[in-house]
Amino acid sequence: MNKLKKMSFKDIMINYGVIIIMVILIVYTGLTSKNFLTPNNLTNILASMSSRLVIALGIAGCIITGGCDLSAGRMIGFGACIAGTLLQKMDYSNKFYPGMEPMNIFLALLIVMLICAAFGCVTGFFIAYLSVPPFISTMAMMEIVYGINSIYTNASPLGGYVSEYTNLATNKLLGMSYLIWIAILIAVLTWFIFNMTRHGKYMYAIGGNAQAAEVAGVPVKKTLVIIYAKAAAMYGLAGFMMGAKAGGASVGLGLGYEMEAIAACTIGGVSVSGGRGKVSSAIIGVAVFEFLKTALQFLGVNAFAQYIALGVIIFIAISLDIRKYVARK
Amino acid sequence: MADYKLELKGICKSFPGVKALDNVQLSLRPGTVHALMGENGAGKSTLMKCLFGIYKMDAGEIYMDGEKITVNNPDEAMKYGIAMVHQELQPVPARTVAENLYLGRFPTKKIGPLQVIDHKKMYEDTAYWLKEVKMDFDPHALLGDLSIGQMQSVEIAKAVSHNAKVVIFDEPTSSLSDNEVEALFRIMNDLRDKGVAMVYISHKMDEIKRIADDITIMRDGTYIGTWPAAEMTTDQIIAKMVGRELTNVYPERKNKPGEVILEVEDFTSIHEKSFQHVSFNLRKGEILGFGGLVGAQRTELLEGLFGIRHIVSGTVKINGKEVTIKKPADAMKAGIGLITEDRRGNGIFGCLSIKDNVGVSIYNKYLQAGFVLNHKKINQVVDESIDKLRIKTPSMQEHIQNLSGGNQQKVIVARWLANDPDILIMDEPTRGIDVGAKHEIYEIMNDLAAQGKAIIMISSEMAELLGMSDRLYVMCDGKMRGELTETKEMTQENVMHYATQF
Repeated sequence: MNKLKKMSFKDIMINYGVIIIMVILIVYTGLTSKNFLTPNNLTNILASMSSRLVIALGIAGCIITGGCDLSAGRMIGFGACIAGTLLQKMDYSNKFYPGMEPMNIFLALLIVMLICAAFGCVTGFFIAYLSVPPFISTMAMMEIVYGINSIYTNASPLGGYVSEYTNLATNKLLGMSYLIWIAILIAVLTWFIFNMTRHGKYMYAIGGNAQAAEVAGVPVKKTLVIIYAKAAAMYGLAGFMMGAKAGGASVGLGLGYEMEAIAACTIGGVSVSGGRGKVSSAIIGVAVFEFLKTALQFLGVNAFAQYIALGVIIFIAISLDIRKYVARK
Repeated sequence: MADYKLELKGICKSFPGVKALDNVQLSLRPGTVHALMGENGAGKSTLMKCLFGIYKMDAGEIYMDGEKITVNNPDEAMKYGIAMVHQELQPVPARTVAENLYLGRFPTKKIGPLQVIDHKKMYEDTAYWLKEVKMDFDPHALLGDLSIGQMQSVEIAKAVSHNAKVVIFDEPTSSLSDNEVEALFRIMNDLRDKGVAMVYISHKMDEIKRIADDITIMRDGTYIGTWPAAEMTTDQIIAKMVGRELTNVYPERKNKPGEVILEVEDFTSIHEKSFQHVSFNLRKGEILGFGGLVGAQRTELLEGLFGIRHIVSGTVKINGKEVTIKKPADAMKAGIGLITEDRRGNGIFGCLSIKDNVGVSIYNKYLQAGFVLNHKKINQVVDESIDKLRIKTPSMQEHIQNLSGGNQQKVIVARWLANDPDILIMDEPTRGIDVGAKHEIYEIMNDLAAQGKAIIMISSEMAELLGMSDRLYVMCDGKMRGELTETKEMTQENVMHYATQF
C-alpha cells in the first residue's frame, strides 16, 4: 500500500512535474505581487501567448514527424512584412506602395498565408523528395526567406496600419482580444486535423516509424510536404497577428522564435524523437513559457537571469518527459 | 570447486503492472549448453537481461563459481566473463565490422604522450576472430552493408573475442540460414570443449535436441523445471512450455488451390546482386512457399513486387490484367498486402497504440464527408480483430511496444486483414514468435486460404516451409532455381538441392 502511494507520487512528478512547478510559481508570484493575478494581466499574458501558440502548433506537426523547422522565425517576419505592406493607411507618409488602396484584411491574410505556404512547400519538397534532413532544409529556407524579405522591404521598418488591422489586437469579444480567439480557433482546427483526419494519423505514423508507414501505404512524401506547407502558413498567420499587435513590422521580427516554439513544444511533451505529441502539449508548453517569463518579470528577476531560468526549465522538463519512456527498465 | 559455473537463485523482477519474473532459478554446469525455453513473454529474455545487468532485478542472487556477485551493468557482466549475443541486434551500422567488434574497448597504442587507437591491431584481431567463427568477410566492411545473418555472426565473434566463461545466446539462429546455423553449432561445440557454460534461448526444437545438454523451462515468469535434454521429447517440452498438449503443429488444410491470380514475369532488380529474371505464379486459395538460404533475395523479390524496391524489368498480372506497381499504395490498390520480415524496422509503430497500428492502412475506407475519420467504425474493426486474432492486450489504446512479439505480429496481421487483400505476402511470419502464437498464425493462414485468398510465405524454417506450403519455389543467389509442386517432392533434400545451386 505504502509502496503504491510512493509510486504514484513519483508518477505524478514525472507526468505533471513542470505544471506543478508552474502552479507553485504562479501562486507565489500572485501572493507576492498584487498586479500579477489580475484579469487585466491575465488577458495580457493570453494575448502574447496567442501568436506564440500558433507558431508552436505549426512547428509541433514538424516535430511529431521527427523533424523540426528552423525557418519559422524568419517566416514570421516575412508574413508580418507582407501584411504590413498591404495594409498601410492611404495618408501614411512613408507608405510602401504609395497610392495603393489598403487591402481587405482577410484578403491580405490569405495572401500572406499562401506565400508562406508556397515557401513551406519548397522546404517540404527538399525534405520529402530529395531526402535533405529537416534541420538543414529548414535552415536553408530560413536564410532564403530572410534574404527575400530584406530585399522586398529594403530592410526598412513598416508602420501606419489601417485601423481594421490593428483592431484585431485592441477590439475584444467576451473580454478577450480577437488575437486570442484566432489562437483558440487555430488550436481547435489543429486538434481536429491531428485527431480526426487521415492526414493527422499519417503524421503520427511517419513520426513513429517512417519505413513502416511507407510499407503500410501511407503517402509519406505528400504528407510531409503538406505538413511543412501548413506549418509555414501558420507562421505567416502568426506574423500577421504580431504585426497587428505591434502596429508595425520589420525584417528582424521573429528572430529566434522558432527556438522558443520548439522548446515550448518539448516542455509540453511533444517528443523530439517523433510520433508523440498533442495539441494540449503545445498549449501547456507555450503557457509555461509565457507565464514563467511574466512571473519572473513581476518578481523583479534580472532580465538576463531570466534566460538562465528558461534554460533550466527546458532541462528539467525534457528530463522528466524522457523519463516517461525510458524509465520502464 | 563448485559444481556450477553460474547460479541464479530466487530472481524476481516486476514491471509496472506485470510480474515478469517470480522466484526463477537457473544453474549452469561448465562445458555445457543449457537451453532456456518458454513461450514469448515467459521471461527468458528478461532473466538474461537481469543476469547481464541491463535490467536491475528486484530480488535474487547470482553466484559465479560459488561466489556471490552483483552485476550492475553490461560492462561489469563482461568483466566477470559473461557475454551476450542479443536477440535484438544492437550494432552501429555506419561503422565498420572491426569498430563494432571492439566498441567500448578499442585497442590503443602510445604516440608520444598521446593514447590513440591502434587501428592496425584492431583490424588484424578482428580478422582473426572472424576466422575463429568461420566467417570470411572483410573487417573493413560497414556493418550496415551486411545481412542480418552476418551481423549476428559479428555479435558471436564479439562474444567469443571476450574470452567469455558464460555466453548467452538469445535466439541467435532466428535469422540465420541452415549453413550459418551449422557454423554456429561448430563454434558452440568448440566453446563447450573449452569449458564455457552457455545459455541457449531458441524456439527451434530440432536445434535444442541437437545442441543442448540441459533444458530449463519457464512459463509466465515462473520456473517450471530443469531436465537433461536427452530425456525430453519435443512433445514433452512443448507441453511443459504451454501447459497444454499441442496436438497438431501444422493444422490440416482442406481446400484446393483454384485459378491463377498472380503472374510475375522476368522480375529483375536494379541491383546486379539481387533478384534476376524471376518468374512465378500464384493461385487463389494457395499457400505458396518461397524457400532458400538467407541471402537468396526472396525478401528483396517480394518487396520489389510490393513496390518498396526498384526493378529494371518485369511485368505483374493480376487476374490476367497487367498492373503497374511503383509504390506500396499501388500494390495495395491492386489487392496485395505485405507483412515484412523486419517487424521492428518496418512493421510496427512502436510508440503508437494498437488501434493506430491496425488503422494506418485503412483510413481511406473509413472517411466521412471525404476527410473526417469515422472513429466509431475504426474502433469496431480494431475490436473485432483483437477478438478474432486473440490479441492479448488490456485495450486497443495500449502501445504496441508493450506487447510480446507474437501479439505484435498478430496486430500487423490484423492491419492487413482489415485492408482485405486478395494476395497476402508473409515474410517470415513466425520469426521470434512462441509456439502457441505460431500455431494461431498458421490457423489464420489456413482460414485465409480457405476463403480463397492467395498467400505467399517466405520462411527460413524448413519444417514450417514444408508443413504449410501447397507448392514451393526455391531461390538461390537471386535466381529462381526450382519449383516443387507435388507433396512427395517437397522434401528437405529437394529444397536444399535447389537452394544451393549457386
